[in-house]
Amino acid sequence: MQTEPSAPLVSMRGVDKIFFGGYANKGIDFDLRRGEIHALIGENGAGKTTLMNILAGIYSPDSGRITVDGREARFRSPRDAIEFGIGMVHQHFMLIPVLAVWENMLLGLRDVGFVLDLRSMVSKIRDMSERYAMPVDPEAYVWALSIGEQQRVEILKMLYRGTNVLILDEPTSVLTPQETRELFAALRKMTDAGHGIVIISHKIDEVMSIADRVTVLRKGERVCSVEARLTAREALAEMMVGRALKRVKKSGGGPPGRAVLSCRGLCARNDRGMASLSGVSFDLREGEILGVAGVAGNAQGELCEVLAGLRALDSGEIILNGQDISGRSAREFIKRGVSYIPVDRRETGLAPNMNLSENIALKRYWRKPAAVWKIFMDWKFISGLTAQLVDAFRIQAPSPGSPARNLSGGNLQKLMLARELSDAPLVILAMHPVWGLDVGAAEFVHERLLEERARGAGIMLVSEDLDELFEMSDRIMVMSGGKIMGIAERPQDVSREEIGMMMAGVPMRAAV
Amino acid sequence: MIHWKLEPRPNGTARFNFAVTAASLCAASAIGGLLMGLMGVNPFHAYFEIFRGALGSKYGLSETLVKSIPITLTGLACLLAFRMSIWNIGAEGQLVMGAIAAAAFVRYCRVDGSVAAFACMFAASAAAGGLWGALPGFLKGRWNVNEIISTLMLNYIALCLMDLLLYGAWKDPTSMGFPMTPSFPKTARLWVFGNTRLHGGLIMALIFPVVAWAALRRTQWGFEIRVIGENARAARYSGMGILKNIVLVMFLSGAIAGLCGMSEVAGLHGRLSRGFSVGYGFTGVIVAWLTRLNALLLPMAAFLMSILLVGGDTLQVTMALPLSSVQVIQGLILFCVLGGEVFRGYRLRRVRAGGPSPEDGE
Repeated sequence: MQTEPSAPLVSMRGVDKIFFGGYANKGIDFDLRRGEIHALIGENGAGKTTLMNILAGIYSPDSGRITVDGREARFRSPRDAIEFGIGMVHQHFMLIPVLAVWENMLLGLRDVGFVLDLRSMVSKIRDMSERYAMPVDPEAYVWALSIGEQQRVEILKMLYRGTNVLILDEPTSVLTPQETRELFAALRKMTDAGHGIVIISHKIDEVMSIADRVTVLRKGERVCSVEARLTAREALAEMMVGRALKRVKKSGGGPPGRAVLSCRGLCARNDRGMASLSGVSFDLREGEILGVAGVAGNAQGELCEVLAGLRALDSGEIILNGQDISGRSAREFIKRGVSYIPVDRRETGLAPNMNLSENIALKRYWRKPAAVWKIFMDWKFISGLTAQLVDAFRIQAPSPGSPARNLSGGNLQKLMLARELSDAPLVILAMHPVWGLDVGAAEFVHERLLEERARGAGIMLVSEDLDELFEMSDRIMVMSGGKIMGIAERPQDVSREEIGMMMAGVPMRAAV
Repeated sequence: MIHWKLEPRPNGTARFNFAVTAASLCAASAIGGLLMGLMGVNPFHAYFEIFRGALGSKYGLSETLVKSIPITLTGLACLLAFRMSIWNIGAEGQLVMGAIAAAAFVRYCRVDGSVAAFACMFAASAAAGGLWGALPGFLKGRWNVNEIISTLMLNYIALCLMDLLLYGAWKDPTSMGFPMTPSFPKTARLWVFGNTRLHGGLIMALIFPVVAWAALRRTQWGFEIRVIGENARAARYSGMGILKNIVLVMFLSGAIAGLCGMSEVAGLHGRLSRGFSVGYGFTGVIVAWLTRLNALLLPMAAFLMSILLVGGDTLQVTMALPLSSVQVIQGLILFCVLGGEVFRGYRLRRVRAGGPSPEDGE
């Protein structure tokens, strides 16, 4: 059947998957060769994750066939896929924090036997982690590990189960540039050992630097599969989006405005009650975008919540427009023009089961003109406003009355943005505003933020994507361990490596 | 090999949701019928008897309406809290506290039939039930104490408190040992429709659901309740006071149940007696779910439930079935309605072992 010289490790033919009456995957062919890193790229909703979930046995395809090593494979569950040597590392790790690394690896193993041979297991894990240059202490508890280390545990877990085909869903979104490099080195070692690796991504630069071959998906269909080194990045981007991209153009910064938000010595604890934000001071000026770089979990979230009035301060003061507002309620922050775009739109930013109008009403239901007297709400006005915003923000939704959960991620983000940006806020706290968005939607979000900047809003942009930060920011502040490692006043004069060093915890002076 | 797999489905229409509820009721009736069949009774005959008993005569119909009153009110008490994702299982206790407060008021205060006296009696029972609800509400909001456990336990405390009074200080000396208070004076009774047992509580049962429905939909407060119920984090993010609202809603929920208790003793029975509530607080949970938390549908759902209860009484007499057989059907209804929820979000799909299945042409 196979005519290629080297039979592919995995071959998917004509895979269809229908969700909600539409094709998530339509007639997709996909091959993975032994010893290659194959990148699967595409916009959000292009069907990348669906396709890989099918390969990992999480979904069953509506039609099409999969062969692994020439054997026909039909998976009823991820377990079946693992028996065929296919393992997937998801974007959200499937680890149990209170258990040790080796215990997590034990979970889901089939032939454990009644008596655990702990010592040989631990030493086997150690061997593996050395062989692939992925240092992890098998006896450490998962909660004590950094995100990068947890990712290594996930990968090692798959290898420990004898995985031959490793699927990684957006593996670098949580890593520093240095950690990314380490991960890529480890992946190379695995392909050298004959494993096949699939990386799902939408970062083209990264794909170009690691992948051997690239398959582009668009709207559930395969556009093409190409050799990475024979292809230009612009061509890939065009294939992804289906049209030529315009670069978001940042207009030259005006003279720095006055400080609209000043923070002095902010200290706060995280959800577990441990010191998190420790002595953070900075100014956010009118009409600027202050980029905040840092590896996930270095108190950027706590900083945003403190500045939105959602997290109690241990000490320090927040001065908005010359007034000390530390200790006030979240409602007070909203009233004074602080708008906050949280990272988890489904969990915090929106109420997915409620309709569009209700979600738009969230931050204005108590004030005119959405409110009538102090008691009632003017739903007619609110749905009119919603229709207007849906238009202005190009949100694709059936009607203002349909539940928000029916919207795609990008449209949900636009809905949240529509609410947060529509009242001419003084300060915008944007945490990963383009997280998980496709290129087109991200471009739109960036344009809107730049418009707000031109209007004079002070914008704090938290991101883990250095490209985004360098492109958007007037200044870049780097956080590590709840402290500010430095603020680059002129990002164009700073190298990525310097930012990376600061992200890793080396303060600015030492870094430069 | 063929096996079944649950897959998410797109959101159903209102009609689809209604169909799911109707199908759940049918399934419950079918299983109930099967059970009755096993007990040697013709289920069709039994169901016919239920309806005839409950609706077939003026007496039956008025009894059915009488029982719909407390079911509607406790249903509303549960519904309000459920809307906020606070699982108040304590309507029974709140109802009993309201009834105790009404009895105390009648016993210790001057009841002269004046509007003021009635207003005070209403206020006393609403406050008693409300506080009985607000307490677990506060514990939940402040320290995240599981309200299911605390409201459930408070039921027993309220019931025991009532027993304590009925077997002791408040016992009617002429009752020949039955645990009940003396009859309330005429001036403390709610008025009654003609020569039926239908009492003034009916007005509450008709008005309250409409008011609650409008408040939930139209007011800022109702909006806060719904947002907190759907996504408490988003509510906090929008600057809503969660503790305040939990306590308030639990107070209102308890107050409605308390008023329900008052209307049962001052409207229907004319005294506080042991067993005056036949578990209405729990029936309220079922009814609230039957309406899928739509207050406007409450009186209807309560009427349906009441048919079962009144018809069940007839069943005891005419077919010599134990009362518990009707309770079994009640339980089946809750079970099926909750089970039906699964099908609103998911659909069953037949999957042949691992491979694509030919019958998926839907």
